[in-house]
Amino acid sequence: MSRLTEESLRTANDIIDRYPIKKSALIPLLHLAQEQDGWVTDEAMNHIAEIIGITPAEVLGTCSFYEMFKRQPNGEYQVNICHGISCHLLGADQLIHHAEETLGIHEGETTSDGIFSLEGVECIAACTEAPCMQINYRYQNQVSESQFDELVKQIRSEERSDIPKHGTLAKVRQNISAERIAGFDSIDESIAPVWLERNGEVE
Amino acid sequence: MTDTFKNETKVAFTLNGQEVHANAGENLIEACSQAGVDIPHFCYHNRMNSVGMCRMCIVEVDTGRGPALQPSCMLDVTEGMNVDTESDTTKKAQDGILEFLLLNHPLDCPVCDKGGECPLQDQTIAYGPGETRFVEEKRHFEKPIPINENVYLDRERCILCDRCTRFADEVVGDPLIHFIDRGNETQVNTFPEDPFASYFSGNVVQICPVGALTAKPYRFKARPWDLEEIESTYPNPLGDRITIQSSRDEVLRFQGLDSDTVNWGWLTDKDRFSFQAFQSEYRIQEPLVRGSGLNKPDKSAKGLVAASWNTALEMTAKAIQNSTPNKIAFIGGARFTNESQYAWTKLAKGLIGTDNVDATLSDDLPAHVLLGLQRTTINEICSPGSTVLLIGSDLKEEYGTLYIRLRDAVTNMGANLIELTPVETGLSNIASLSLRPRPGEIGKVINSILSGESPLEIGGVSKESIQACHELLQDKQINVIFGRQSITESTEPLTQALTLLKDIPGTKFLPLVRRANTSGAFFMGMAPGQLPGQLPLDADKRKYLSDWENLPNEKGMSTDQILKAAGDGEIDVLFLLGSDPLRDYRNPELASKALQMTKTVVAVDLFVNPSTYESDIIFPAAAFIEVNGSHTNTEGRITPIRQKVTSPGTARPDWMIAAEIAAQLNHDLKIEKPDDVWDEIQAANISNDEITFQNIKSSPEGLILQFGTETPFRKADLNIDTRPFDSYSHRLVLSKKMFDNGTIIQMSPALKNFTSNSEVLINPVDFSSIGITEGQPVTLINGEKKISVVVKPDERIPRSIAFGYLNQDGVDLRALISDGSESIDIRIDPTAKVI
Repeated sequence: MSRLTEESLRTANDIIDRYPIKKSALIPLLHLAQEQDGWVTDEAMNHIAEIIGITPAEVLGTCSFYEMFKRQPNGEYQVNICHGISCHLLGADQLIHHAEETLGIHEGETTSDGIFSLEGVECIAACTEAPCMQINYRYQNQVSESQFDELVKQIRSEERSDIPKHGTLAKVRQNISAERIAGFDSIDESIAPVWLERNGEVE
Repeated sequence: MTDTFKNETKVAFTLNGQEVHANAGENLIEACSQAGVDIPHFCYHNRMNSVGMCRMCIVEVDTGRGPALQPSCMLDVTEGMNVDTESDTTKKAQDGILEFLLLNHPLDCPVCDKGGECPLQDQTIAYGPGETRFVEEKRHFEKPIPINENVYLDRERCILCDRCTRFADEVVGDPLIHFIDRGNETQVNTFPEDPFASYFSGNVVQICPVGALTAKPYRFKARPWDLEEIESTYPNPLGDRITIQSSRDEVLRFQGLDSDTVNWGWLTDKDRFSFQAFQSEYRIQEPLVRGSGLNKPDKSAKGLVAASWNTALEMTAKAIQNSTPNKIAFIGGARFTNESQYAWTKLAKGLIGTDNVDATLSDDLPAHVLLGLQRTTINEICSPGSTVLLIGSDLKEEYGTLYIRLRDAVTNMGANLIELTPVETGLSNIASLSLRPRPGEIGKVINSILSGESPLEIGGVSKESIQACHELLQDKQINVIFGRQSITESTEPLTQALTLLKDIPGTKFLPLVRRANTSGAFFMGMAPGQLPGQLPLDADKRKYLSDWENLPNEKGMSTDQILKAAGDGEIDVLFLLGSDPLRDYRNPELASKALQMTKTVVAVDLFVNPSTYESDIIFPAAAFIEVNGSHTNTEGRITPIRQKVTSPGTARPDWMIAAEIAAQLNHDLKIEKPDDVWDEIQAANISNDEITFQNIKSSPEGLILQFGTETPFRKADLNIDTRPFDSYSHRLVLSKKMFDNGTIIQMSPALKNFTSNSEVLINPVDFSSIGITEGQPVTLINGEKKISVVVKPDERIPRSIAFGYLNQDGVDLRALISDGSESIDIRIDPTAKVI
């Protein structure tokens, strides 16, 4: 668990480039950190603070405001079962109970192998598909207990490549063409002083 | 947020049925307060931007669309507005808001330090419900957690008003505390393991409207109703206004006093928590003399022994009588009150007849420069759209409240700050323009800026920057804040810059003096060639000083010259007036030699410090909390210093010690109380400023001295030619940090742990090109002088600058300083060894 890796840092540079003010990149960078480790580590928050020039406390303030940023180790698959009113009427409670039994954990916990984290959530706006749930924020509609078991089985045997691991927002990273970049200098640049330039000591 | 922004147009509005007038655009809560109606509030603070966080200030407002509840801190007062702060609806709303605010607030008032001065407690009694309907469990957090060395945070008591976090972010720019989490879980906290390391952290304790933030030095020391308080002035260069609060003759805390002209209620931690030093058990309680037994003086003895005042005074008088005036010298006095400064000047120049008096350690600009410039005020600098040229060091480190005021002016009033500092400072991120002239070359740089013409590079600044700066200053009334960029540079380059700037019409100056009352000291004549009332020694008006019988005619020596003469054995009696040359003078070797070679060194001080320890006679002085008098800040503003407690032991006010010595010499100094000084100055008719002690005490914003009239400004030689700078050297910059090994800081337990190991910082690019192993000491060379110190990379340092803080732990960086050159270039040699 760590700061941003070199590869992440390159991506971070690209992200920062999209904004005229560095600190606007805060939320995308938090996503990047979560993608790297599956959760947002303190070290990563510190690192983000460094590269966009704000304090770690400010990063934490933003990060802790959003539930989707996990600040503790999280399962690779975040299972969110809706218990909004439609899902509730169509058996969400039983589904959650079943999920707890199947996974052997309570709501809000992570399995000991680090694969699943289970949460009951408020309405996720798919009432026509009740009872519904999300795995890593990908919808699963009208889930029955047996379907749930099947999903778990598929994930455990790595058959669900359509669901990326926790933290990944999209499989294809956004690419911004050069002319749309806000035009920020690279973050580790070091400018040679003018007097060296004058003396002809740097080109 | 500030009165300076006040719109002069008046509007009329109805407040509780009465028609009242207010300035257009003013905050409703502020307008009501002006009209004598206080609206309860928690988050609103007159020195910060409104946020409407607590909702306590909601009142019924009718702007023509019928009455509605609105937060008065978020509302501008407008013509015809009808405000009712006492209606049933308002009262019910306030009652309801308080019930909400108290939902999670613990009922631990009996054990809470804030009890008795708590806005939440007071307003609950005045406006709140007697009982709560909330029967559920309150929020629980770990009871007070330290967020830094001195401040404790109790999150259960916090009502999330955003005052401390706003202060940290907006006012001082150290957002190290922040709201964490969301909704019912919201708390104020720091990042884990990253303390609220702000120089201004004590202020959040003062502005916390509940008992959530408490300061360790005051925790459980007293109840507010046991405290007595008095308004006074903290003797620092800005003259921050404070209240001194004490109980049973013991000062328990300093609080900032909201002065419109100076500090707006803010204080640095260094000043706020320094009350501990003045009450320290290490204060000198009785006179000490060099001797080997009880009351037995012995010049050759190694130790100091307690003596009676009579013995010490007799010895002092004898030493003076056995010498001649030109072999007697006085160093220091810049920390005294104005009145004590006058008394000592009168003793030295009027009675003893020596002009060898210097309040500074030759580290401030000389009196004929400082007294010769027209001063500006902090409020003039910090006004909408003003143009500020800052030449000097980091205000955040040395002049905390000016940093706060200037930061506010730039971020909220659109002031333009142009910064000419050798390294990045706390204000760099908000400055319109930051130039990094090399120390010692500021004269050249200012010359180019004013003419707008420059070669590709001058003094480390590019042609483009020079031109940008030239354009920003064009046709503007410039407020120049100036101080030395580094103690390694001589005063000459800066004097050159000032000479050039002085010729621009309308330019006014604010000097960054090193010591608390340097302005007062110069006004009172504590400089070679000066007399009280800003008079030069040879002024015609000196004849009015009728009872100054032995006034010298020849200009005396400055500290530099005094120490040199003393080192050569040419000084018989050297007075150290609250000064510590061994620690503060830039050449400790010379200072040490001077103290050894002088026959009698007489010190007047609060503590035994390295220099007093080497002295022969030591008089215990009273601290500023124990005396009445006045202080002159760098604007020339005189504000009162008031006694709150009695001195330890037999310590006496500084002016009284001067009077006692005079009496021992069979003279009457004719000063029996501080008032006498001002009466005497008025009677002698030497000063243009009409000042009496009564006036000082009765004017809340102080009296301003006018500078730049009596003493002519001595222009610098404008033949600006500096030594060429080669690309293998590093220009040395030595600067002050807020927390160092100074006596007052080290005597305050709350502050003493903030020093760090001496180190030298250089630009990361230089660092990697020299090939230094991180953490390993390397050798720095200046000619014959060498030291071995850890060098670290730091992005705030420009290329080819070597930066260090003075007076920290370990290596003494002063060892690199050679006297007499306008700047110092060093070599960094990772291979050389210090022999």
